[in-house]
Amino acid sequence: MTTPAASLGPEDHVEGRSLLQDAARRFRRHPTGVTGLAIIVFFVAVTILAPVLRPVDPLMINLRDRMLPPTWTMSSQELEQKNLHRWSFPFGTDVQGRDMLVRVLYGGRISLRVGLEAVAMAALVGTLLGLIAGFFGGWLDTFIVWFVDILLAFPGILLAIAIVAALGQSLLNALIAISITYVPVYIRIVRSVTLSLRESEYVQAARALGSRSTRIIVSHVLPNGLSPLMVQLTLSIGTAILDVAALGFLGLGARPPTPEWGAMISDGFGRFRIAPWLSIVPGIAIFFSVVGFNLLGDAIRDVLDPRLKN
Amino acid sequence: MFSYFIRRFLGLLPVLFGVSLLVFTIPRVIGSDPARIMLGERASPESYQRLRLELGLDAPYFVNFPEARTQGVAGLLDAQYPHFVGRALRGDLGKSIFSRVPVVSSLEHFFPATFELTIVAMFFAVVLGVPLGIVAALNRGTVLDTAVMFVALAGVSFPVFWLGIIMIYVFAVGLGWLPPSGRLSPTIVFHSTTGFYVLDAITQGRWEVLWNAVKHLVLPGIALGTIPLAIIVRMTRSSMLEVLGQDYIRTARAKGVERRVVVNKHALRNALLPVITVIGLSFGQLLSGAILTETVFAWPGIGRFVYDAISSRDYPIIQGGVLFIATMFVIVNMLVDFSYAFIDPRIQYT
Repeated sequence: MTTPAASLGPEDHVEGRSLLQDAARRFRRHPTGVTGLAIIVFFVAVTILAPVLRPVDPLMINLRDRMLPPTWTMSSQELEQKNLHRWSFPFGTDVQGRDMLVRVLYGGRISLRVGLEAVAMAALVGTLLGLIAGFFGGWLDTFIVWFVDILLAFPGILLAIAIVAALGQSLLNALIAISITYVPVYIRIVRSVTLSLRESEYVQAARALGSRSTRIIVSHVLPNGLSPLMVQLTLSIGTAILDVAALGFLGLGARPPTPEWGAMISDGFGRFRIAPWLSIVPGIAIFFSVVGFNLLGDAIRDVLDPRLKN
Repeated sequence: MFSYFIRRFLGLLPVLFGVSLLVFTIPRVIGSDPARIMLGERASPESYQRLRLELGLDAPYFVNFPEARTQGVAGLLDAQYPHFVGRALRGDLGKSIFSRVPVVSSLEHFFPATFELTIVAMFFAVVLGVPLGIVAALNRGTVLDTAVMFVALAGVSFPVFWLGIIMIYVFAVGLGWLPPSGRLSPTIVFHSTTGFYVLDAITQGRWEVLWNAVKHLVLPGIALGTIPLAIIVRMTRSSMLEVLGQDYIRTARAKGVERRVVVNKHALRNALLPVITVIGLSFGQLLSGAILTETVFAWPGIGRFVYDAISSRDYPIIQGGVLFIATMFVIVNMLVDFSYAFIDPRIQYT
């Protein structure tokens, strides 16, 4: 990959910088990318540190303090009456008196992890199938392309809904369903990269020198497919988080007492006239984490392929 | 060009075959037993067997070898999947397990509501998205551009159902400007002949009904339209930027053509082609996005119909609904491809 001469400063004339170092340099100068990364790091950190930051059980029922709005919005009189501190429940409590802040933090563990795992699984399976299709061709390729076309015939979240409807409601099934809907994208990306590289001169040369297929794939084809894969990975995590939440909202993901962002919104939906914070808070958490991944994905695209930037 | 159309159309057949195979297979792999769901656990074995026979559940799934020996090909195809496809081609997707209403007539009944909502969402997305994209491209790098791009980013980062809830909270419950749910206020008596309320209200001259229906369409339309809006803004902007960098734009400017004419006539027309692709693709996405929007706004469309069927495990409806939406999606995508031929004469089909 070459860097356009116009964007090089005088200090850039350094020999032998790797693709990754080069990308890291460009990334540091990309304000929105850094913002996205910061948001993600923040979310990951607070969800991992949840037990330390707020050592309360997210499932603990506390009927005395049920349906409290965020305590900082309450008047001093109300607080005194209920014997509460101004920051006792910054995000309020739900219908069972459970602390919404703790639930949002623990919900992040589920939503972020499931989003990440679903995409990782899809990328793994998709890459493998894409390599097989592109590298070996023939009837295998025809079959895999047919499979991709079938999966892509189901718009958006429809396929995931159909799969969970059949498998039954559970978080694991939601993960599997979402993962399957993302597989075709990765097959397409990897297959097209593989197809174009298969005929390239250096792959031909490697083959003439007697390299085996697996070696050619691992050391020549995969590294070249890495940029589009990375971009797609980051952007899909954002949409996968939205999909996990959507399935949770429809009652097809995590089961109710489990703190999952989509299920929490659904829980608050029936009561939003009297307790709007129940659905507002988890929605904001989803929004910011998805924004983080989208900003990062856009930045990675700019950074890894400067030709695409406009 | 005609041969391209034919080939593109024939290319649909293996895909639709695969889709039907998938839709048919999923509930059976899982082993859900419609006869058991319909009769409940305490039914007598006789009535259970009778229903299984009536529903054709005792036949083999894909091919019937024993029958093939005596009856040839016709016997071979005396199996559940060939029957399913055969009936689907004749417009029969089975009956609801509970209400016994044919799935196709329910889909016909609920489709206009979803279609009306989809049109409004698309209208909102295009009417707002294309100008915003153009403005961002023409003011590249300015605060205006950043603001528009932020809106586009936000549009794809909100959960649609959450945005719907917030809008109901603000505009229906809080301000009371718009109704929170449904297609018409319950007090209005209106007989719709086509199922398209807006259209029927106009043809029947019922202006108060029209106004009421439009008010009901605003919130769900905007909620459903946010994602396509964001995508259209981004696409229009990047497509405009690419075209504005072309030599013929510079030529036009250099020879003194007015800026307005350059933008509208030289640039925009060429920039809109990829935007049309996105509009076409989004159209199908909206059909599935409607499941969420319709649930939030209690909108009596296909999405909610299918969703309710999932809750009650009414699998002929799930099967039929999913098959219907996927088929629509595939056909819309084909029509988008076809439309290029008329929009862009440079494209040569061979």
